[in-house]
Amino acid sequence: MATGDIEKSVSELHELLAHKDISSTELTQTYIDRIHNLEPDLQAYLMVLEDQALAQAAEVDRKIAQGGVLSSLEGIPMAMKDNMCTEGVRTSCGSKMLVNFIPPYNATVTNRLQAAGTILLGKLNMDEFAMGSSTENSYFAKTRNPWDLEYVPGGSSGGAAVAVAADEAGFSLGSDTGGSIRQPAAFCGVVGMKPTYGAVSRYGLIAYASSLDQIGPLTKNVRDNALVMNAIAGHDPLDSTSVPFEKPDYTKFLVNDIKGLKIGIPREYYGEGIDPEVAKGIQSGIQTLIDLGAEVSECSLPHTEYAIPAYYLIATAEASSNLARYDGVRYGYRAESEDVLGMFKSTRSEGFGPEVKRRIMLGTYALSSGYYDAYYLKAQKVRTLIKQDFDRAFEKFDVLLSPTAPTPAFKFGEKSANPLAMYLSDITTVPINLAGIPAISIPAGFVKGLPIGMQLMGKPFAEGMLYRVAYTFEQNTNYHTLKPSMSREVLARGSR
Amino acid sequence: MVVANNYEMVCGLEVHVELQTKTKIFCGCTTEFGGEQNTHVCPVCLGMPGALPVLNREVVNYAIKAGLALNCEIAEFSKFDRKNYFYPDLSKNYQTSQFDLPICGKGGLEIEVEGEKKWIGITRAHMEEDAGKLVHSGETISTSNESSVDYNRAGVPLLEIVSEPDMRSIPEVLAYLEKLVQILEYTEVSDCRLEQGSVRFDVNVSLRPVGEIALGTRTETKNLNSFSSVRRCMEYEVARQARVLDAGDKVIQETRTWDEGRGVTLTLRSKEEAHDYRYFPEPDLTPLVIDREWVERIRKTLPELPGARRARLQELGLSAYDAGVITQAKALSDYFDAALIHYGDAKALANWVMGDLTRLLNSNQCQVADSPISPERLAELLVIIDKGTISGKIAKSVIEEMYSTSKDAQTIVKEKGLAQISDEGALLGIIDNVLAANPQSVEDYRAGKDRAIGFLVGQIMKATKGQANPGLVNQLLKEKLA
Repeated sequence: MATGDIEKSVSELHELLAHKDISSTELTQTYIDRIHNLEPDLQAYLMVLEDQALAQAAEVDRKIAQGGVLSSLEGIPMAMKDNMCTEGVRTSCGSKMLVNFIPPYNATVTNRLQAAGTILLGKLNMDEFAMGSSTENSYFAKTRNPWDLEYVPGGSSGGAAVAVAADEAGFSLGSDTGGSIRQPAAFCGVVGMKPTYGAVSRYGLIAYASSLDQIGPLTKNVRDNALVMNAIAGHDPLDSTSVPFEKPDYTKFLVNDIKGLKIGIPREYYGEGIDPEVAKGIQSGIQTLIDLGAEVSECSLPHTEYAIPAYYLIATAEASSNLARYDGVRYGYRAESEDVLGMFKSTRSEGFGPEVKRRIMLGTYALSSGYYDAYYLKAQKVRTLIKQDFDRAFEKFDVLLSPTAPTPAFKFGEKSANPLAMYLSDITTVPINLAGIPAISIPAGFVKGLPIGMQLMGKPFAEGMLYRVAYTFEQNTNYHTLKPSMSREVLARGSR
Repeated sequence: MVVANNYEMVCGLEVHVELQTKTKIFCGCTTEFGGEQNTHVCPVCLGMPGALPVLNREVVNYAIKAGLALNCEIAEFSKFDRKNYFYPDLSKNYQTSQFDLPICGKGGLEIEVEGEKKWIGITRAHMEEDAGKLVHSGETISTSNESSVDYNRAGVPLLEIVSEPDMRSIPEVLAYLEKLVQILEYTEVSDCRLEQGSVRFDVNVSLRPVGEIALGTRTETKNLNSFSSVRRCMEYEVARQARVLDAGDKVIQETRTWDEGRGVTLTLRSKEEAHDYRYFPEPDLTPLVIDREWVERIRKTLPELPGARRARLQELGLSAYDAGVITQAKALSDYFDAALIHYGDAKALANWVMGDLTRLLNSNQCQVADSPISPERLAELLVIIDKGTISGKIAKSVIEEMYSTSKDAQTIVKEKGLAQISDEGALLGIIDNVLAANPQSVEDYRAGKDRAIGFLVGQIMKATKGQANPGLVNQLLKEKLA
């Protein structure tokens, strides 16, 4: 296969496979080689499934040889964030607590991607239990941003963003509880979709905050994203919060036309803390959309300032309960002790990292008797108000637009000493999870050599509309085609 | 009721009932009792990472049915909540239960103690999942070197039924429990196998001086599993609290546990040590909306409840006592009703069911549902008694034979030649012989000693091995001696 093929999108690779220009085995082997070349620097993967991937690829090749018709993702190598269960393959959630946990079952998304014929290359690094915005909270490794190795890739789906940005996978799946797909997608210059709550099954996704978690694709371009959504979205009887909706063919929305669409710019998303250069970059993106015929005007989501505190109460409250099961009794890490209570305490003290403990304590406090009304209940009321803000805005607008994150990627250690500063950088992403609506981050330029992302927000189940605007933007810009220089260097090194 | 030293007891109960659905409340695992440890489990009931609950609709059907039978309001909107606490038998370290919006609201049932009727209020009833079971290598958790956990029971559906503090005596408590279990059995929402732990009781008791309105401080004793434990535990707890109050001390609000072997209650945890369960709405399940159509559909499946059955049997001529005995257990009552279709004399039927049939079942330790004598066959037996084919006395030996051989009455009567002799000619011959052999008795009778005829009848029955038709013998004898 040609050297540049690895940079190709899923739909381009599909053409190559379908026309027998390459085999799935060749393609998979190329990705594995690349992973071996880049991983010492990037550390996006927690586990590479070389043999399993090649065996899956061989099966697809047999089908091709027999003249079988390939579906759009068949034979495409991909990887998953390590909080989605994979039968027989260690699923660690980035935690010491699950360092030895091998699930005897697949997540629904794992099954669906398997059924779609994809090749699972491996499992990707993440902040422990998806708690973090830089992937620095992983128990295992520091994943680096391929655009500059001194910088974080974002989080918590840092590995998932890096694997796609550095062409270590055709696409990846991440999960997003407060921005964990969109922010790393923005930091790494890839496309990341956080679908409507209930559009993609959570069965087998190791829970952080059940009412906010949602799985979504990270891809090289918008078309790929729609293709992956086609494979993973849709009702699942194993997840009671999964919605029985009529799943569209998302690629049907990929038209280069946004004439007359109404786009709202919520002014609260440009508040203090936003990097002026990011604001400028997004402003130029807005101009592009205006030039393409969109009707853009400012709007207000008045309760935005309460989103961060509400999010950090609801998410931590649910997390404190979701993570109670890690006690050393049934699976995962177990500390030795004299008695049961001692075992519980030591297991949890030794098995969880500091950020996870911080959030468990916060959440436990928020649910405590005497504090419930003041914290959890009030946060739920704020959540309702935030939802209503969006409902009102969507009466006037087809989509809302903002920077995905207030800044480009930051350096390692820059924010990890100050959790509050880290939390505050989620301001543009958490309201979306609280409201349960879909949002996509697409590459929208560079600030000091680092990518920035534009976030498009839509009505519930209006992923198609987001794809339409994102696709039109992409067709008229070239940000998504730019590749991190380090990966080009390593690519050259690898091909020698 | 004054229990001791001028105190009145006040008692309310929480009853946990396992609903007998085929599968667990949030997964497809079987609810079957027993089984090798940890074989009735899956990722969901083991609380594995990423596994999610899906509500078993049948559990809701059962909860609605029980609620209707207990005169409860069925909530149109209810939801599940997480009750958070750490214990190794709880696979997620939270129990999915219902907190502020339970499926069943206010209801109640009528009890009767020593002829006095009383209404006991039910506050609420809610659905929840059962926990697993700890298996200790030693006698107790503290004397064991190791313990294992069996999660077969984890996720078995429970209905927790909470009563008002309306009971004032131990007999009232027992009457309430018996009535409650009876209703749950009748509605078939639970098999109510107390010995398998399918019903468990938490008892809240307090004392107050007679005439006092304010409630005294209560204790809650958890996890009793038989009526006799409830009775003994309450006797102990009432006496203990009375002693504390008599000594001028205060009862401490606490959770206690019943030590069956020693017959005492012991402190489990004080109010200060009470769990903060940190309830919050279960985010993995959507709220439960029950439209009225659903409730009506379930209402149509309600069986005739014990109170109504008893009234019907009394109308058929049974005494209040007999009707009560027959309807005590649903199985016996169902048997009775099945026999009643084929034999209309309820009173006679009740005598046989409560008498010979029950005696045979008891002495063979057999459940009425497994009776070798079907209701139809018992009815047949009573029909041939009424026809005069056999006497009541012969019937008693026939029913024994029916029980041990599983044959029907007609066959036994035919095979053993037990049919009554109602042939006048044959009987007259026998009567002549008996009269000839007992001239003294004949003389006594004619001299006015009426009792002598009894002896003569006895001799005739003896000569016919009991098969003579007693009515006919009497009639013929009197004609002869006239």
